[in-house]
Amino acid sequence: MADSLGARTRPYRAVLASRARSQRSYRASFAVDLASSMLVGVIELAEIWVLFHNVVELGGLEFSQILLVFGLADLCFSLADMTFGHCDNLPTYLRAGTLDVFYLRPQPLLLQLVTSDISLRRLARAAVGAVALVVGLTVNDIAWSPAHVLLLLVAIVSGYAMFAGMFVWAGGAQFFLVEGAETTNAFVYGGRYAATQPASVWNRPLWAVFGFFFPMAFTGFLPALWLLGVEAPLGLPDWVGWCAPVAAAWTWVMALVSWRLGVRHYQGGGG
Amino acid sequence: MTEPIIETTGLTREFKVRDGLKRRTVLAVDDLTLRIEPGEAVGYIGANGAGKSTTIKMLTGILVPTQGSVTTCGLRPVQDRRRLARQVGVVFGQRSQLWWDLPVRESFRILAAIHDLSAAAEKERTDELVERLEMAEFLGTPVRQLSLGQRMRAEMAAALLHSPRLVILDEPTIGLDVLSKQRLREFLVAERRTHGTTLLLTTHDMGDVERLCDRILVIDRGRLAYDGDLPGLSRTVGAERVLVVDLAESIEDLTGIPGTRHLGSEGHGLRQRLAFDAEATTAARVLASVSERAEVLDLTVEEPDIEDVVRRIYAARR
Amino acid sequence: MKASFGRTGRNLARGAGRLRLLFLMRGTIRVYWRILVAGFRRQSAYLLAAFGGLVANTTFGLLKVAILFATVRAAGGELQGYDVALMSTYIWVSQGLLGSVNLFGRIDIADRIKDGDVAVDFLRPLDVQAAAITTEVGKSLFNLIPRGIPSVLIGGLVVGMALPDHPASYLLGAVSILLGIAISAATVYLVVAAPGFWLVETRGLQILYMVVSGFLAGLFVPIWIFPKWLEMLAQATPFPSMMMYPVDIISGRVDVTESLVLLAVQLAWLAGVGALGQVLTRAGRRHLEVQGG
Repeated sequence: MADSLGARTRPYRAVLASRARSQRSYRASFAVDLASSMLVGVIELAEIWVLFHNVVELGGLEFSQILLVFGLADLCFSLADMTFGHCDNLPTYLRAGTLDVFYLRPQPLLLQLVTSDISLRRLARAAVGAVALVVGLTVNDIAWSPAHVLLLLVAIVSGYAMFAGMFVWAGGAQFFLVEGAETTNAFVYGGRYAATQPASVWNRPLWAVFGFFFPMAFTGFLPALWLLGVEAPLGLPDWVGWCAPVAAAWTWVMALVSWRLGVRHYQGGGG
Repeated sequence: MTEPIIETTGLTREFKVRDGLKRRTVLAVDDLTLRIEPGEAVGYIGANGAGKSTTIKMLTGILVPTQGSVTTCGLRPVQDRRRLARQVGVVFGQRSQLWWDLPVRESFRILAAIHDLSAAAEKERTDELVERLEMAEFLGTPVRQLSLGQRMRAEMAAALLHSPRLVILDEPTIGLDVLSKQRLREFLVAERRTHGTTLLLTTHDMGDVERLCDRILVIDRGRLAYDGDLPGLSRTVGAERVLVVDLAESIEDLTGIPGTRHLGSEGHGLRQRLAFDAEATTAARVLASVSERAEVLDLTVEEPDIEDVVRRIYAARR
Repeated sequence: MKASFGRTGRNLARGAGRLRLLFLMRGTIRVYWRILVAGFRRQSAYLLAAFGGLVANTTFGLLKVAILFATVRAAGGELQGYDVALMSTYIWVSQGLLGSVNLFGRIDIADRIKDGDVAVDFLRPLDVQAAAITTEVGKSLFNLIPRGIPSVLIGGLVVGMALPDHPASYLLGAVSILLGIAISAATVYLVVAAPGFWLVETRGLQILYMVVSGFLAGLFVPIWIFPKWLEMLAQATPFPSMMMYPVDIISGRVDVTESLVLLAVQLAWLAGVGALGQVLTRAGRRHLEVQGG
């Protein structure tokens, strides 16, 4: 009985519940946080919209179609940012020695780090992504079938996993970079920016980096193409959007290797 | 013979440091072999950078040794870190394990969940700690609003909540006022008496060592420089104690008393300070000699300063 | 004789007064020069961080190239005066300025004001606001070396870019960049740091600043391709003065006359934002004195 799920998750639930409570307890400041967070989402959408204010089509997609790409990618990113975003604080933890405290607790380090916080304010930003997604799904001409519904669900889960993996990957790299934390921002936040674009406008080096190595094109763009029935670029097969789970698995392989190497470096005296 | 609670053999830890463009290797802990039995209270002292923190990090599985072996509570700290965490409690004077924006009580609740204490065990242990560390008045206060003394008491309770067999304290009394120090020391003595807890503490405060420890380890540049009790330590280094006497009348400097050195006088000789070697004479004998010259109104004996002891040990080894 | 002597004396006295004023001014300039240099030097300790910033700048730059070039091409090769080459210049100069123009809303003095430590700074014979802004400008100027110049070089070599026709564009552009940096520092001081005299928590303001400033300064998309109403809205704020105008001037998108107009606009914003910050600082100081810190 001691090994039931409830018992095993008790430590994590205790921390998360109290983090959530404490954020909501300062009502005024939580409201401001929610509003700013929503504004972030709105402005990110506006960045794309102003481009379509000038042209009808970019990379073969119209604005209504891009809404679907943006909605998928931004919803997944916001949810990952809410639950994994504080992995970015690792350099601070390393400098202050807070990480050593995690070593003194009987849980795996990565799980402790991930469950050490949750940023509820990012729900507001996720809401922007969700609205964009719903509008995108409604205004576009989608030949709905059970497969379409399934792919939508697969894409959301995989996209969330990919962005979450990116945060963990970056966390592992922080053990080596410490001061150079911004280097990983290029790929985590750069990845988010890339994920909301029509990837058909990329050149080959960008495809190599954000298409496959960090598989950002699989979070929104490629699944959206299949949903819309639009042909994939670079001569990729039609069903490439269905490979999102593979891309997510690959991201997590990278994430865990990076984390493992980072921790080994830390215990080996990087601190 | 019982199993030791800490055992190290040839424990060594190197660090590579960048010195400009060159890299060189620094030995933080060098061939350390020691054995600590359950129930002991050990003071681990040494200058800054002597290797104390590195040792503690290896004992708790935060750092991997370069060479040698270490077992803590019969476990391998790195491989068995999670099992070890249930048996060890650590108080870092400088880094907090509490949640700064939460009330103290809430931090305890989370820690109880982390260590998977049953509701009954949680209540019993929390009540015990709250009473002994006199924390009732600030249980509802967020950690960031606590005074340093209050915070250290809460930190102590946080580290001991899961009733660890081994408690490691890194500078537990640093920056505290006399009263707070006293309270923490009394608590640790009582904790040891009731639960048989093993204590290992690093400190710069001789008072901590005197009141809490029955064994002292001195570390010098990563090597063990002394292992024994406090009187033995004073003997080894010949550290002097100082007798301070307040006299009824002002007299000349108290020079020429056997086994003593006159350190100074205040108030025209009303208060005088004499250093004496505990090996050569005793406080009583010195006092008797002083009383022959003038009436003694009050006296205090100052213990050797820990930094001084460490300095002397280091000097003797070089 | 007497009269003329008196006049000479008065003239002498006036001359001496003027001289003293000159010395005072020289002293003041020297102090702020030193603060500027200190900020510059302090930043040089963070070279690794600057390198990380450069990697991020370049990656974002390449993504901007992809999407903005595609937009220009989709618009038929020219969009609101931007061709591909000019767009490239816009992208790489703005990416290069990202390490220097403060669009993040973080400023060292903010914590000191919020915690009340600034009370100590008021005891120094220095203007708190001016010193804080000068330090930030010093740090920003340093960042041009490891982040600004390499960004532009990488962009120029890898992607290629347009250069201005008139050599004066470089000089005017340099002045405009300096002004842009100063305006951003002064605005962050005004919007994020100074409210700390009254507010307990200013993190929300910082985030708000970060969100709005980048967009309206023209970091992601030049404000000239915004819809008209949004472009007007942006121009009603100091944000385009921080990045858009300097980029316009140094890329040669605007001619010398237009450049001078933009410089005048920048000066006006600097004066306005600086003056408001000064007012808030004085009020904040009174508030601090009444409250006793």
